[in-house]
Amino acid sequence: MKTEPHIETHYDALVVGAGPAGMSAASALAENGLRVGVIDEQIAPGGQIYRAVGASPLPSRAILGDDYWHGETLLQRFIASKAGYLAQTTVWQIDRVGESWRMAVSAAGESRLLSAAHVVLATGAQERPVPVPGWTLPGVMTVGATQVLLKTTGAVPQGATVLAGCGPLLWLYAAQVLRAGGRIDALLDTTPRTQRRAAMKHLFDFLRSDYLVKGVSLLMEVKRRIKVISGVTSFRATGIDAADAVEYTRDDGTHGRLPVDTLLIHQGVVPNVNLSNALGCEHEWNDAQCCWQPKLDAWLHSSQPGVFIAGDGSGIGGARAAEAQGELAALQIAHLAGASDAAARDATASAVRARIARALRGRAFFETMYRPADAMRIPGGDTLVCRCEEVTAQQIVDAAQLGCSGPNQLKAFLRCGMGPCQGRMCGLTACELLARESGTPMRELGYYTLRFPTKPLTLAEIAALPATEEGEKAIVTA
Amino acid sequence: MFRISTKAVVPRERRTLSFVFENTTVRAFEGQTVAQALVAANSGRCRTTPVSGSARAPYCLMGVCFDCLVEIDGKQNQQSCLVPVREGMQVKVQRGERLLSPDGVSEWENVSED
Amino acid sequence: MSTPQTAHTRFAVIGGGLVGSAIAYGLARQNEEVAVFDEGDLAFRASRANFGLVWVQSKGLGMPEYAEWTLRSATLWREFAAGLIDSTGVDPQLSQPGGLHILLSDDEWARRKAFLEKLHAQPGFPKYSWRLLDRVDLKSMYPGIGPEVVGASFTQYDGHANPLRLLRALHTAFAQQGVVYRPHHAVDRIEPLAQGFAIHAAGKRYTCERVVIAAGLANARLAPMVGLNVPVRPQRGEIIVLERMKPFLRHPILTLRQTGEGTVMIAEAKVEAGFDRSTDMGVLGALARRAVKTFPALAEARAVRMWGALRILSPDGFPIYAQSERHPGAFAATCHSGVTLAGAHALDLAPQLAAAELDARMRPFSPQRFVEGVNYVPH
Repeated sequence: MKTEPHIETHYDALVVGAGPAGMSAASALAENGLRVGVIDEQIAPGGQIYRAVGASPLPSRAILGDDYWHGETLLQRFIASKAGYLAQTTVWQIDRVGESWRMAVSAAGESRLLSAAHVVLATGAQERPVPVPGWTLPGVMTVGATQVLLKTTGAVPQGATVLAGCGPLLWLYAAQVLRAGGRIDALLDTTPRTQRRAAMKHLFDFLRSDYLVKGVSLLMEVKRRIKVISGVTSFRATGIDAADAVEYTRDDGTHGRLPVDTLLIHQGVVPNVNLSNALGCEHEWNDAQCCWQPKLDAWLHSSQPGVFIAGDGSGIGGARAAEAQGELAALQIAHLAGASDAAARDATASAVRARIARALRGRAFFETMYRPADAMRIPGGDTLVCRCEEVTAQQIVDAAQLGCSGPNQLKAFLRCGMGPCQGRMCGLTACELLARESGTPMRELGYYTLRFPTKPLTLAEIAALPATEEGEKAIVTA
Repeated sequence: MFRISTKAVVPRERRTLSFVFENTTVRAFEGQTVAQALVAANSGRCRTTPVSGSARAPYCLMGVCFDCLVEIDGKQNQQSCLVPVREGMQVKVQRGERLLSPDGVSEWENVSED
Repeated sequence: MSTPQTAHTRFAVIGGGLVGSAIAYGLARQNEEVAVFDEGDLAFRASRANFGLVWVQSKGLGMPEYAEWTLRSATLWREFAAGLIDSTGVDPQLSQPGGLHILLSDDEWARRKAFLEKLHAQPGFPKYSWRLLDRVDLKSMYPGIGPEVVGASFTQYDGHANPLRLLRALHTAFAQQGVVYRPHHAVDRIEPLAQGFAIHAAGKRYTCERVVIAAGLANARLAPMVGLNVPVRPQRGEIIVLERMKPFLRHPILTLRQTGEGTVMIAEAKVEAGFDRSTDMGVLGALARRAVKTFPALAEARAVRMWGALRILSPDGFPIYAQSERHPGAFAATCHSGVTLAGAHALDLAPQLAAAELDARMRPFSPQRFVEGVNYVPH
């Protein structure tokens, strides 16, 4: 007879992540009378996009802009809803026990077990890896990282600073830094010029969208004040123990070199799939955005029973779409939990779906324009692909030529993806390299099979899990 | 290398703290993480890799890249971007792989068999 | 010589894991022409989940020949590893300093002693030395050993290797040896022909003169197609991997070992769970507790990866090496200690397969033993 470890706390729903999707899902669920808990790795709600919105050191709202401060509304609703909030807590395993999900979470070096009938994964996005030569040098960081610095501490770059890459965040951050009196020496734009033309077919929607005015004025603000070098086809950071310069080439064949103390790189964001992958949710390859995203139905329900995925983790859609998606998932969960009937759910849902559609409108334009160039996604030679295990692009190419048939065999052969980051920094790059070498389309190639724990935890914590009869019997002693 | 923007931040009751990184005192604000403080001070160099001994610094500042690993108050391999600064913290470079324990466990180098 | 383009080969090896790859490598060293049929990236792949021991110490209760075979493999491993390093440059990281089976109570001590005495007392059991180390002995080797450790059984013939490196070395050797490696070729059917066999895989038809079935859990389905019975079932093992550490543990322990990269692996569980590979929190907790009792300092170390994987178990737990009488030229090979036996598979079994005849030493491993009921001890 299998005895279960003692489950500490039962919830109707557990939400992982406290960005816009997580906050709005939890608020809506709590307002419907459900018992909901939010697991958040950070010290305060907001996720990355609204990071520090509850404790900002920036009293001047003009610096970060209205879009950021909208997060305050979400935060206030979240607090008022009295949804449970577990800060500085990491989920490390989720498994199915009967009709519930059991979640092992870790906080302050101790693990606890929680359970819920429904789970909402709202773990958002991460910066796409930018594998250029020298990207592991100290002094090279993601634009997302430095935006976190700005939001949480009001810090801006000093010393020689160059931005390099492609995507709206580059322009947004540049504008924010300039407004805050920070220094940016140049912006190297790797947007392929041919993509502007391709983006034009989505222009109409973009013109009708909320992004038009913001987008255009932002671009103008930045171009007026810093040197923008466009048509950059490649760049590399140079230096011995820290970055001291960035070298670049342009599509007209010219080269350049700029001294740097800090090089900030960005090639868009991609969904965080580690938890959904380890849980066994099915994913599909999004070719337009060059990323994996979970397969979801119209209620954002994944292929695993009772698991919903909302926000950028379901596919990159931005903060407003994330917020509405959280609501959508919550509507369905509330209905399944018996707190609302189908008619009530559907009545509210249509308005929520309209909000999602509106939030997504216009994105195809800049997604097409800012799709990262092949050369930016697929490096060669000695460029490191796996930062943790220091595996180079050439090593992956060689393994492919040996007949390495997929990302998991690659992992086994080269340890690529076996380091502490669990493939977050190398997975996309390694797969695209393998796909190209083997002539297999990404959607067929697949991705790493990710394992729990999704974040490392001490052996002591595992040892502190309650003993079960089955566990004690299964291990070999004498 | 970063500085707190005086244009942006009105001097508020934000407590300043200091901690020790290797042999240097580093100033930080309450609420900053260790990685944020290190990156503000210089290139953020905080560890050498187990595979090649290369120097690394925080890259993503959001818990994803694991390049910000340092030793904090004797605990090794801490993700410094997830740890808030505390007054008097002792932070050290994470030199390669961790040591199992400073006392009681003998170290042994990989030697070939005979 | 067969190439990826030609559909005919002399030897078809079904299965590209530790058993199939070692056999294919060994056959190629015998100048045989070989094609390996392997599944794709996502399959049960026991070989990628192996703990990595080259282990002699507990083997052979109920079949002394198994202990003999294991000891032979441990001895051949040196030559096997050296050959791989020489030809491929990939080092399987073999280390044979002797191995420990840690005992955490007086009761465990007594049971282990009784087991080993019984094991070695079996008629025909190979004479190799072993001893019981007490706490004092262990503490001088490893001062960090936990307070509950009362001792360990030890034999100098035990060791460990890196299973993933081994696989990579073997696959690199294939390229040099001209072994044709066909991934994404799960075999649907083996069809005996008047001469040789047809292999139906990936919607295509290949032919061969001889076939070696080394397909793990799929052996049960494939072997009958050539008149063989290889009754294997899954049994789940679970492993916890800890972050890299500076070297502290030279000797592999049955339940704990430090790899060449410095990571620490924790094992050894036996869970009857059918084909379910997910890890169980009760099992993980138990594994972790035993590891912490062995080396308390490990409590602070972080787990970076955990997995469950399916061992391939015969009814008595011993390997099966089979030669088809109805269809000469068809063989099957399976075991659960794919790393330990890799040396023997490459350098001893493969030459026998090349000679088209399993010799008399292999007879105890024949699946006839399940039919006859001789020495059949359920594992």
